[in-house]
Amino acid sequence: MQSEVMFAGFGGQGILVMGKILAHAAMEEKYEVAWVPSYGPEMRGGTAYCTVVIADHPIGSPIIKNPKHLVAMNGPSLEKFAPTVKKGGVIFINRSLISFGANRDDVDELAVKIMEIAKDLGSVKAANIVALSAFVARSGIVSMEALKHCIKEEFSNKPKLIPLNMEAVVAGEKAGKK
Amino acid sequence: MPKVLMKGNEAIGEAAIRAGCLNYFAYPITPQSEVAEYLVRRMPEVGGVFLQGESEVAVGYMLFGAAGAGARVFTTSSSPGISLMSEAISYIAGAQCPAVFVNIVRGGPGLGGILPSQGDYFQATKGIGHGDCRMLVMAPASVQEAVEMVMKAFPLAEKYRNPVMVLGDGLIGQMMEPVEFPDHLKSEPTNKDAWSTNGMDHRNSKKRNIVKSLFLDPALLNDNNLQLKAKYDQMRSDEVMFEAYNTDSEYKGLVVSFGTMSRVCRTAIDLMKADGIEIAMIRPKTLFPFPEKAVADASKKPTCTHIISVEMNMGQMVEDVDLSVKGHLPVSWYGKCGGEIPTPEEIIDVVKSRIA
Repeated sequence: MQSEVMFAGFGGQGILVMGKILAHAAMEEKYEVAWVPSYGPEMRGGTAYCTVVIADHPIGSPIIKNPKHLVAMNGPSLEKFAPTVKKGGVIFINRSLISFGANRDDVDELAVKIMEIAKDLGSVKAANIVALSAFVARSGIVSMEALKHCIKEEFSNKPKLIPLNMEAVVAGEKAGKK
Repeated sequence: MPKVLMKGNEAIGEAAIRAGCLNYFAYPITPQSEVAEYLVRRMPEVGGVFLQGESEVAVGYMLFGAAGAGARVFTTSSSPGISLMSEAISYIAGAQCPAVFVNIVRGGPGLGGILPSQGDYFQATKGIGHGDCRMLVMAPASVQEAVEMVMKAFPLAEKYRNPVMVLGDGLIGQMMEPVEFPDHLKSEPTNKDAWSTNGMDHRNSKKRNIVKSLFLDPALLNDNNLQLKAKYDQMRSDEVMFEAYNTDSEYKGLVVSFGTMSRVCRTAIDLMKADGIEIAMIRPKTLFPFPEKAVADASKKPTCTHIISVEMNMGQMVEDVDLSVKGHLPVSWYGKCGGEIPTPEEIIDVVKSRIA
């Protein structure tokens, strides 16, 4: 078994940390993982993306051309990467910023207004956790318990933010379930 | 200790501390600046020193000074920075002092780019400095292996009283993978009385140590070079490390590849195996000493018709592969550079076309 998730969007949307939390959760569930960032000469506010590879065997190539799943946080990312996703994968779409779809009939498309949900919870900054939780709930790639545990760990030095992010997990899970 | 998820660069910094190295001198350069960012916080916690030099030239000589005084010391840099250190590396080798260098290679030549590359193979294995100096070079293919090689580098540098390099690439530095740290090593080099100039009160030796690489008497210089050569010969016989992959099969082709590139090749080999095509791989873990015998032995498989060196450069290790195979089978190269990394699918196409 191996699956790959590409997270893509603008710098500042919490793209890299979404990937890191997922990689950590998969590691906690005893999978082999690799988190590969794009670190090209990017501008502030430019594109940001990372790939997380999760496998039950040692990971060969960490460079992935065709990921199993995609979490697209802005329009350009969806346009660029939707055609690369493997058949049967999940394409998560940030409906708050992207008005169009993946234009694929062989994938599981999930569009959520993550920024509105996060604003209602108290801070738009939690939008990436809403997105990640919705994606995990839909794909089942790791358990919600492992995800929650790793989000708490991620925010362990900012404990004030943990309750908000736990609410974001619940809201995301609800939005992500079929 | 449980596994932790760490970026390669940070894991390299932690590995050095766990190897008992409390002296880190460096100058920032992408894609390895996270080592300094990690150690500027971490070194004071363990009573160590991080000092940023005014340039890589200065850093090289800071290492020489600390090594000459008998301290465990290391630096990290990337390609252009290592070029600036190469003068000092030659001096350190000439004076027979130990020091550890980590090169997280980026694309070149010149300023090149900041993405992963293996373009410094020649520099690391054959041309690290002027004169007859060489360096033991290890090439990790994962963050875990980077940790193990950094920890191994210090005792090896001290055993041989010679610079040792861990040659990664931008991906090894930037990628996060689970790592498990081995136990701490002893913090002091046990054999430092043999070379260190730390004052007679501080060592169990009556011998006067002089740290120098200047030998104006040709006979003495020849002697020093013979000593160096003996060490390099011993590395060739004692320190070769490699991984053999799928060599038990009746393979039609042999791939030689190291570091990040070897992982892509492993995936390609697995995919071809599922398709009924057997291909084997020798992955050098030490680039100098090169696993000549392993490559030569693997090339003698009766079913093997072709050997391909797959590299993230324009063909460097292929020369060592060629020297090992000694002309009895065709040897060719495939690769890309500048941050372009060949995909498993590309490698499959190349291998299929060449073994046919």
